[in-house]
Amino acid sequence: MHKFLIRSFVSSLVLLFTLTVAAVAKDVKAAFVYIGPTGDHGWTYQHDVGRKAVEAAGFKTTYVEGVPESADAERVLRQLANSGHDVIFTTSFGYMNPTNKVAKEFPNVKFEHATGYKREHPNVSTYAARFYEGRTILGTIAGTMTKSNVIGYVASFPIPEVIRGINSFTLAAQKVNPNIKTKIVWAFTWYDPGKEAEAAKALIDQGADVIAQHTDSTAIVQMAEKAGVYAFGQASDMDKFAPKAVLTSVENNWGPYYVDRVKAVANGTWNQKDTWHGIGDGMVVISDLDSQMPADLRSKVKKLQADLASGKVHSFTGPIYDQKGNLMVAEGKTADDGMLAGMMTYVKGVEGDIPK
Amino acid sequence: MIIDINFIGLIIASIMASAVPLILASCGELITERSGVLNLGVEGMMIIGAISGFALMTVTGSLIIAIFGAMLAGVLISTIFAFLTQTLITNHVATGLALTIFGIGISAMIGKNFVGIPGKEFPVLFEALKDTMPLLGPILFGHSIVFYFAFALPFITSYFLKKTKIGLIVRAVGDSPESASNQGINVRLVRYACILYGGAMSGLAGAYLSMIYTPQWIENMTGGRGWIALALVVFSTWNPIKILIGAMIFGGLTIIQFHMQAIGVRIPVQFLTALPYIVTIIVLVVISRDSRKIRLSTPSSLGKSFHKDN
Repeated sequence: MHKFLIRSFVSSLVLLFTLTVAAVAKDVKAAFVYIGPTGDHGWTYQHDVGRKAVEAAGFKTTYVEGVPESADAERVLRQLANSGHDVIFTTSFGYMNPTNKVAKEFPNVKFEHATGYKREHPNVSTYAARFYEGRTILGTIAGTMTKSNVIGYVASFPIPEVIRGINSFTLAAQKVNPNIKTKIVWAFTWYDPGKEAEAAKALIDQGADVIAQHTDSTAIVQMAEKAGVYAFGQASDMDKFAPKAVLTSVENNWGPYYVDRVKAVANGTWNQKDTWHGIGDGMVVISDLDSQMPADLRSKVKKLQADLASGKVHSFTGPIYDQKGNLMVAEGKTADDGMLAGMMTYVKGVEGDIPK
Repeated sequence: MIIDINFIGLIIASIMASAVPLILASCGELITERSGVLNLGVEGMMIIGAISGFALMTVTGSLIIAIFGAMLAGVLISTIFAFLTQTLITNHVATGLALTIFGIGISAMIGKNFVGIPGKEFPVLFEALKDTMPLLGPILFGHSIVFYFAFALPFITSYFLKKTKIGLIVRAVGDSPESASNQGINVRLVRYACILYGGAMSGLAGAYLSMIYTPQWIENMTGGRGWIALALVVFSTWNPIKILIGAMIFGGLTIIQFHMQAIGVRIPVQFLTALPYIVTIIVLVVISRDSRKIRLSTPSSLGKSFHKDN
C-alpha cells in the first residue's frame, strides 16, 4: 500500500512535469539526424556546423548521431517527432524511405531530407548541393597544375553523386589540358583514414601529382603533403592539415539553408520544395585559393566561379561523349537535372570501368 | 606502365607501414592468449590508445609523453578487463566485447575536442639513406622508431616465450593453470601482467595510427584493425614470427588492391575485405584437424576462467 502511494505520487509528478514542459515549449525546435559521428570532420561535421548556425539564430536544436539507415532510423524519427520537434532534418540518402514513412504519421511535423528525391507527403521537402560545380573548379586547377599529366582520384562508392563528380572534374581538366589522364581508385568507404591514405599513396606511387578525393577524411591531403604533391580539401577547408598540398577546398555550407527553413517553420511560411543549390546560392563554397597557384590561374578560377554562380557556365556543356564515343549531351546544350541525378556512365577520358 | 625496381620498393614499404599496427596489437594479444586469457577488446584498447596519444600530443606537445601515455592508457583500460576476468572471474568473451564497445564510446567522448586538429610531424630515421639503394632504400630507411620496434617485436616475443624463464611461466599458465598453480606460480598475477602488456601494445598500435600513419583524430579511426589483429593471432597459430608474415599479407591486401585498380585490374573489394577472416577460418579448420599442431601451439586453457581453490 505504502509503495503504491509513493509510486502514484511519483508518476503524477512526472505527468505534471511533462505537461508543463509541453505547455512552455512553444518555440520552434529543430532536430537533426546524422549518419556518422559529428567528429568525422567531413559530411556529418559540416551538417553539424549548419545546426550550430540554427542554434546561433536563436532556435533550439537537438541531434542524434550515428543513426543506421535501417529500421533504427524510423524509431529515431518517430521518437523525435513525438518529443515536440517541429522540423526534422535527415541528412543521409538512406533515410529517404524512413523519412517519408514517418512523415505520413506526423502531418504537423516538417521533414527535410538531404540528397533524396522522394516527397510522398506534403510535409516532406528535399535538398541537396551541386557539388559537381565545385569539382569543375578543382578539375580546372588540377589540369593546369599537373606536370606528370596523371591525376589521381580517390572515390568512395559508385553512385550517381560520385560518378557525376568524377565526370565534372575530368571534363574541366581536359578542357585546360587535353593530355591528362584521370586514374580512379575506389576505396569503398566514406571515411577510413588508413584506407584513404593507402589509396592516395598507391596513386602517388603510380605517378599522380595531383590527388582529388570524394571521401571524407583528411588523411589524403596529409599523405599528399608528405609526398610533395597537390590535393584538394573535401567538405570542409582542409588547408591547415596540409598547407603546402591543399590548393583549395570545396566546402559544404548547409547553415544558410537550415536557418532559412527553420525560420520558415517559425513564421508559418514553410512549404514543400526540392532544393538543389550550388555555388550561386552559397551552398557550395570554394575556400581560399593557394598562393602557389599562378596569378593568371587564380583569376581564371575566380572568373569561372562567378560564371558558374551566375549560370553563364554549366559544368556539363556539350558536346559530351561517353567512354564508347556515344554522344551524351549535344553541342550547345547542357545536361538537365534528370540526367545529372541518374548519371551512371563515365565521360570520355576517364580510365577504367565503374565497379559493379 | 613500367614496373621498375624502385616502384616495387615503394609498394613493399607501404605494405610494411600498414602492417605495423597489426604486428604490435597481435604480438601483445599473443602474450595475453599464451597466458590463457582471450581478450576480444583489442579494438577498444587500440582506439583508446589512438585518442590518448593524439590528445596528449596536442595538449603537451611532446611526442614521447604521447607515445608512453597511449601505452599507459592501454594498460589502464585493460586493467578493467583484468580485474573483471581475473578477480571477479567473469566470462572472457563477454567482457572483451564490452571492452571494445566501451573503448569506442569513451574515445569518441574524449575525442570531441580533438576533431579537426592537424597532428604533428613524427620524426623519421635514416631519411638521407633512402635514395642510396634501389629497392632496399625505401624499405629499410626513412621510417619512425615505432616502425622499427614493430618489426623487431615478433623476434623479441619469440625469444621471450622460448628462451626465458618468464616466457616459460607464461606458457605454463596458459597451458595448465592448475599445474602452474601447484608449482607455486601465482596464476592470477601472471595473467594480470600479460593482459596489461597486451593493453600496452594495443595502445601503442592505436597511437601509431593517430600520430604517425594518419596524424589526426577521427572517431572510429581504427576501422576494425583490432579485429584483424585478433584474427592474425589465430592465423599465426600463436607463433610470433608467423604474425609478421600474416600482418604483411593482411595489411598488404588493400594496398595491392588499390595498385591494381590504378593499373586497371579489378578485384571485388568486398571479397578482399573478407579475405583475412576467410583465411583465418581456413587456418582454424586446418589446425583443428591436426591434433598434434593444436597441442603444440594453442594455449590449452585459452578463454577458460581459473578458479583458485584456497
